[in-house]
Amino acid sequence: MAGRGHVTIGWLYPAALSTYGDRGNVLALAQRARWRGLEPRVVKIDQYDPMPETLDIMFIGGGQDKAQAQVAHTLTDTHGPALRDRIDGGAALLAICGGYQLLCHEYVTLGGESIPGLGIFDAVTRASRVRLVGDLSVRTRWGEVVGFENHSGRTYLGAGVEPMGWVATGQGNNGEDETEGVVCGRAVGSYLHGALLPRNPELTDWLLLEGLRRRQPTIELEPLTNDWERATHEPFHHVHPARRQSPHRSQAAQRRAAAQTSTRP
Amino acid sequence: MVSRNGYPIDARLGLAVAGARCVSGLSRVLGVGGGTAAPGHLASRVDPQALEKLAGRLEQGAVLVAGTNGKTTTARILADILAADGRHVVHNRAGANLVEGILATLTADAPTRGRLGPSIAVLETDEGALPEVLTRVSPTLVVLTNLFRDQLDRFSEVDMILAAWRRALENLSTETTLVVNADDPSLVALTDGLEARRVLFGIEESLYQLDEVPHAAEVISCLRCARPFSYRSIYLGHLGDWRCEHCGTSRPPLDVAGRDVELWSYDFQSLKVTGAGTDTRFEVGLPGLYNSYNVVAAIAAGRTLGVPGAVAKTSLSHYRGAFGRAERVVYRGRSLMIMLVKNPVGCNEVLRTISGVDRAFASPMLLCLNDQASDGRDVSWIWDVDYEQLASSPTDLYCAGTRWADMCNRLYYAGVQPERIHPLGADLGLAVDSFAAALPEKGSGFILPTYSAMLAIRHDLSRRDHLAAFWSE
Repeated sequence: MAGRGHVTIGWLYPAALSTYGDRGNVLALAQRARWRGLEPRVVKIDQYDPMPETLDIMFIGGGQDKAQAQVAHTLTDTHGPALRDRIDGGAALLAICGGYQLLCHEYVTLGGESIPGLGIFDAVTRASRVRLVGDLSVRTRWGEVVGFENHSGRTYLGAGVEPMGWVATGQGNNGEDETEGVVCGRAVGSYLHGALLPRNPELTDWLLLEGLRRRQPTIELEPLTNDWERATHEPFHHVHPARRQSPHRSQAAQRRAAAQTSTRP
Repeated sequence: MVSRNGYPIDARLGLAVAGARCVSGLSRVLGVGGGTAAPGHLASRVDPQALEKLAGRLEQGAVLVAGTNGKTTTARILADILAADGRHVVHNRAGANLVEGILATLTADAPTRGRLGPSIAVLETDEGALPEVLTRVSPTLVVLTNLFRDQLDRFSEVDMILAAWRRALENLSTETTLVVNADDPSLVALTDGLEARRVLFGIEESLYQLDEVPHAAEVISCLRCARPFSYRSIYLGHLGDWRCEHCGTSRPPLDVAGRDVELWSYDFQSLKVTGAGTDTRFEVGLPGLYNSYNVVAAIAAGRTLGVPGAVAKTSLSHYRGAFGRAERVVYRGRSLMIMLVKNPVGCNEVLRTISGVDRAFASPMLLCLNDQASDGRDVSWIWDVDYEQLASSPTDLYCAGTRWADMCNRLYYAGVQPERIHPLGADLGLAVDSFAAALPEKGSGFILPTYSAMLAIRHDLSRRDHLAAFWSE
């Protein structure tokens, strides 16, 4: 399988936008390519770097408000046209949380100020005072997709725009319309950390294939076992996910829970 | 009218303290664990001013220790040093570090005049609770250790913590001294231009440096020009001798510095602390450069509070690690080293410490990942830890805890050979048994648990008499 070629992954703002373990998405793309005999080439694109000419897949993660504000201008002004050009040229894209918000039309702050986004996704985000935090599972065309959401912005999709999926448990885009994320051609936006791709390999492989088919239209990826990935979905299939204790330990569990109310590490 | 303990009689406070002590005694008798918040809840119900009043009775006031990593160890070292100096130290040693837990600590050991030396409190304080505790307790000294990404499901953002801390710190007067880690640029910016006096500590060291700021670290940009800092030396995460090439802002001169660090083993290091009238070499039973910071912080605070260097040196040489933070347990003839991991930077440091002594990670490891509130419900942080360094080691890796599958998956994507990844399930008692059974006779292994997993493992082992009883320390 060696020498099957390579896949180039452009990682936008790894320093500023990578707060919640989103690096896992890049690791998953690279590793699943490597397991198929493809050489992964990860290109980090920071604020002052030029956008590479050829990219198969682009990834942009989430960051703190301040960091996000800092890169917003770079993204819309400096990198914006090139990014749009790579997408039009057939590159796949995944944007998580803050990155997802930056690729919508605009972000409206609590004070009503509008911060323009790149408009790759037909959606707008409004700031809110209540954060949506917790486990999130979504029904999608890639099957069940799971992760963890943590955002105060509420994103509303334009009419007829395809969401990444429909919320099964959790809040999703805005906690109101049961949508989560967005799909537009080969570009996906989502609020899911977890990290998203290592836990949801069908989506990872789809991004790899979409990105690679630009150069290799007939390429296929042989299946992998995905046992560990599937096991990470287990906690979502029980009423009290991940809080299971065998009966003889329940007292100890209560004790620990009591201790934890007063104890922070 | 003056009461038996020498203070004016305050019936409400007396009732609050007595009630809290009853609750605390009852919970111990009933075996529902120590360090609970219940006594504090009751005391604040009976007397909403109980915290202010009890803190006001401390002859030498209160010391608060806050930060993401190292606050438990720093507070413990400082409490030991002060006790060795003849003070009567009130200390939340069991780690109850929210407002109610701190109040419970003060009610349990309410100062009595004229006994046991002058009273002083050393209070480890949770990041979220710090603003309220600062305002209500009016501390004489505050130690700020560092600020890393941790439990973002609870705090949302490091920036939000900084903003809340700044508001509270601005109200402090010149009566308060801040002992601040100067190697953390965000803490320096946070404490710039305050009324309170500032003592800066840090590390000045050439042997143990990193090549670059690891991915797990917070990228701190210059407040003036928003560009990332460059470093003359990086010691840990984003901590080091930092400088902005653009505007020239740099780490201020250190008042107290740790130098010539020698990391010998998992439970021993030696370092020199200079400045503030000290130039002493300390030897202490703690591993890793992250503990060097804790030692320097505690020494700097101790000096500020007037503890002679010789007293601190003796006290440190007797220091025993806080539970689960670098604790060796012999179980079924196997030597198990328990090292708490709470966040990406802390976990990377533990791995660095292990690799520094146990070349090429030769000993098996049990990685315990829980997602209780005290661990952080979001386990995404494991993707910021550099587990990739385990891929080339030949040893077996075991995964347990409520999120054992995520841990296995993380190792799988780190490139660890699948046959070396062993899932042991959510039950940590069973997991430790299986792990010990898999080690050779008289062999040794590492256990890296998250916070609630560490408590569960310790509890389990203590029931089998392999450790001092829960919360007994």
